Order: sequence, then structure tokens, then C-alpha cells
Amino acid sequence: MDRKVGRASLKFERPPVIESSASVVGKKEGEGPLGSSFDKIEEDGMCGKKTWEEAESFMQQQACILALEKGKLKKEEIRYLFAGDLLGQLIATSFGAGNLEIPLFGLYGACSTIGEALCLSAMTVAGGFADRVLAVASSHFATAEKQFRFPLGYGNQRPFSSTWTVTGSGAFVVSDPERAKKGLAKITAITTGKATDIGAKDSMNMGAAMAPAAYSTIARHFMDFETDEKAFDRIITGDLGEVGRTVLLDFMKEDGHDLSQVHMDCGMEIFDKESQDTHAGGSGCGCAASTLSAYVLRKVVTGEWKKILFVPTGALLSTVSFNEGQTIPSIAHGVVIEHME
Amino acid sequence: MEVNKRLYENYVKEITPVHSRWKNLLWAFLVGGGICALAQLAVNSFMSMGMEKDAAMAWTQMLLIGSSILLTGFNIYPKLVKAAGAGALVPITGFANSMVAPALEYKVEGQVFGVGCKIFTIAGPVILYGIVSTWVLGILYYILSLWNIGW
Repeated sequence: MDRKVGRASLKFERPPVIESSASVVGKKEGEGPLGSSFDKIEEDGMCGKKTWEEAESFMQQQACILALEKGKLKKEEIRYLFAGDLLGQLIATSFGAGNLEIPLFGLYGACSTIGEALCLSAMTVAGGFADRVLAVASSHFATAEKQFRFPLGYGNQRPFSSTWTVTGSGAFVVSDPERAKKGLAKITAITTGKATDIGAKDSMNMGAAMAPAAYSTIARHFMDFETDEKAFDRIITGDLGEVGRTVLLDFMKEDGHDLSQVHMDCGMEIFDKESQDTHAGGSGCGCAASTLSAYVLRKVVTGEWKKILFVPTGALLSTVSFNEGQTIPSIAHGVVIEHME
Repeated sequence: MEVNKRLYENYVKEITPVHSRWKNLLWAFLVGGGICALAQLAVNSFMSMGMEKDAAMAWTQMLLIGSSILLTGFNIYPKLVKAAGAGALVPITGFANSMVAPALEYKVEGQVFGVGCKIFTIAGPVILYGIVSTWVLGILYYILSLWNIGW
């Protein structure tokens, strides 16, 4: 029997497996340190489409199709699709993965969306409501800039605390362990995050706004499972960047946990900040999703990392609430992914 | 763990790296000054060709705006602003950039709802409050002139 643990966690006695995964990224990501690990690199930021939004939709759909192909699966074998992106009304999803004609749950968790999608996927499969589901999230530098900041051609000086939205998408097929043709890794537990608001107001310093959410979810996970950082080979956040990482490590230290050796941030891995001028690191739904598929999951498959806690973070910010003087609430979802013998 | 919001704000300020002020100032001075020097050179050249001063200034403005539009299209102007900050934003070239950038970005949303509605998203506030402040100054000027105080 699967069971509820603590206040916000679930432990799966028959853990769902990640049967297949794929990543599609843009040119800049392809030139980054993880460049050779991605399944597909789109050299053209427009992907041959007329608008940035169509390009992001295309990439998201490509990631789904690739994940199916790599798992030798047909889309008819997928019962549910859990998908999301950063855009208003989830247009990258509606016109992207939504086109696959798989029953769809559209999700918004800002940059934590892939965590939310994996949590719900694992719950759905473990609960016996589906044999196989697909989780996907995407972001695009140009669509995000357009929606949240300035038109691309507008000159401005980005502060060092700002992050660079990743152009990319990651897709994961989550399956029942007995029905899966193969298994890359298993999802053994999840911890659902709560909206956390520390009063941060600087939209150019999202790391500082999101770190308290990562702290909250990781601390909750430790409490619920009566465990600590020693149980994990890596604790991986999505896009805290350098400032966020400093905050997270400081907060954890207050609680007596030293995360400096086990913590890794996808946003800090995906770009080389010196040569690529990305400041604090990468961000966006596509950052955590594509890095999980291309880099993290491979380490878990080979067994180099036996057990990881994947905690993508999202800043729940809108241009409306921001202009109305509101703070930036944030959220983080924890997914425990383990190596399969 | 309870965190005081004000303390957190101060703490974040402490750990967040910032641009070097002196480097920014130097770049702003060089690029901003450079743009103005080029403009002066243009005015002088136009005048040496026999143009009146007013006409030379008008042509220079057009030259600056035209160059900024081209440089924005070629994605060079944003790089200039990145280095020089206000040094490249304050001159008229920055204003041109702030109108061309949205026009380029939003043209896919149509001539009316895209370019038409959104071309002023950045420049709009500058124009609005520019006009309001000239209006306030105009009234002030009128009142002062009633007492024969002028400038």
C-alpha cells in the first residue's frame, strides 16, 4: 500500500518508473556545458515558425514525441498528459503538447512545473489510474522576456542577480513498474510544496524569492521522512542561481543541515556564466526539465547517483501582481528519484 | 524557522553581487559623451555644407534616430546599452530604441493591436509625463510672468 507520510509527503510502495525521457533545447543551451547531453538542439530560435510562442510550442511537442520514440511507445499508450509552461493561459502547452490528443491536465507552477507534473504523474500511476502518463514542461527565452520583461531589442542593463530563461523542454514517460517496457529510474516519494512568501519584491532577483520555498520543501521532506541530506547523493534545485543557492545553504545551516556538498542547481549547470553572460544562472520550466532529462537522470541510470531529491522551484509572479505592488510568492515540489538495479 | 521580512531584505542585499559603479559611470560617460560628440560633429559638418543651424540640428536628430533604429534591428544597440546603461538610454538614440524594440517584437500581433497599441509601452510614460511636466512648467511660467519675473 502506498502511504501518506508526515504532512505533505507520499511514499510509493510500488514506485512508478520513468520509462523514457527526452530533452530539446535552443542554440545557447546547446553551446553550454551540458550541450552534448541534450537529445536535440534547435539551432533556430524560431524553429522555422512565425512567432516565438509557436516555436516554444513546437519544442514542447518535439520533446514529447522524442520521449515516446525513445521508449518505443505510441501516443495512444499514454493515458494522461501533465503539461505546463510559463505563458499566460498556458499557450505553449495548448498549441504544443496539447496537439498530441492525449487527455490533458494543464499545470502552472512557474519554473517548478516539471516537479508538479512528475508528482501528479507518479500519484496517478501509483494510484492505479493509469499505466502510463507523460509529464512535460517548457520555456523559451524570447517568450518569457516578452511576457515578463522587455521586448528583445530594448536595451537595458540586467543585474547580476537576474537569470537567463532557458529555451528548452523536457518530457518524461512515467509508468506502472509492471507495465513498463524498461525503467530508467523510479520515483519513490514526493513532497508537495506550499506557496511561500517571504516578502521579496525584486523580480530581477528570483533566486532570493524562491530559495525560501526550496528550503521549506526540503525541510518538510526531512521532517516527514525523518531523514537528512546524508540520505541523498544530490539535492537538486531548478533555477535558484547563485544568490538563491547562497540563501538556501544559509537557511539549511540554521537548521543544522550542511547542503554545500550535496546541493546542485540546474540553472548553474546549464550555462557557463562567464562565457555565456547569463549572470546568476538559467531559469524557466525548461531549465529543470531539460537538465533532469539530459544530465541528472543519466547519472541516476548509471548508478553514479543512487538517490536524489529533485526540487524545482517556481516564482509565482505575474506582471499584474508585480505592478500592483505585490510580493513574489514561490513554490517548490520535491521528487525522490532512485537508481534501479 | 521564522524569518523576519525586513532582515531578509537586508540579508539578500548583502549577498547579491552588483555592477561596479565606477565602471558603469565610466562606460556611461564614454558612450553617452561619444554619441553627443558624434552629434556635434554632424551638426558642424551640416553647417559647413552651408546649412542653417536649425536645419543642421534637425538633420542630426534624424541621423541619430535613424542610426539607432538600424542598430536596434541589427541587435547592436541593446549591447551598447548593456555596457553603457543610461549613457546610451538618455540620448535621443535610446528613445528611438525604446520605440523600435516593441514595434519589432509585437509586429506578429498585427498592425493595430500589435504595433499600434504596443509601440508606446516603454516610451509612452516618458511622453506622457514629459508633456505633463511641460504643462506644469508652462503654468508656472505664466504666473511668474504676471509679476514680471521671467527667465
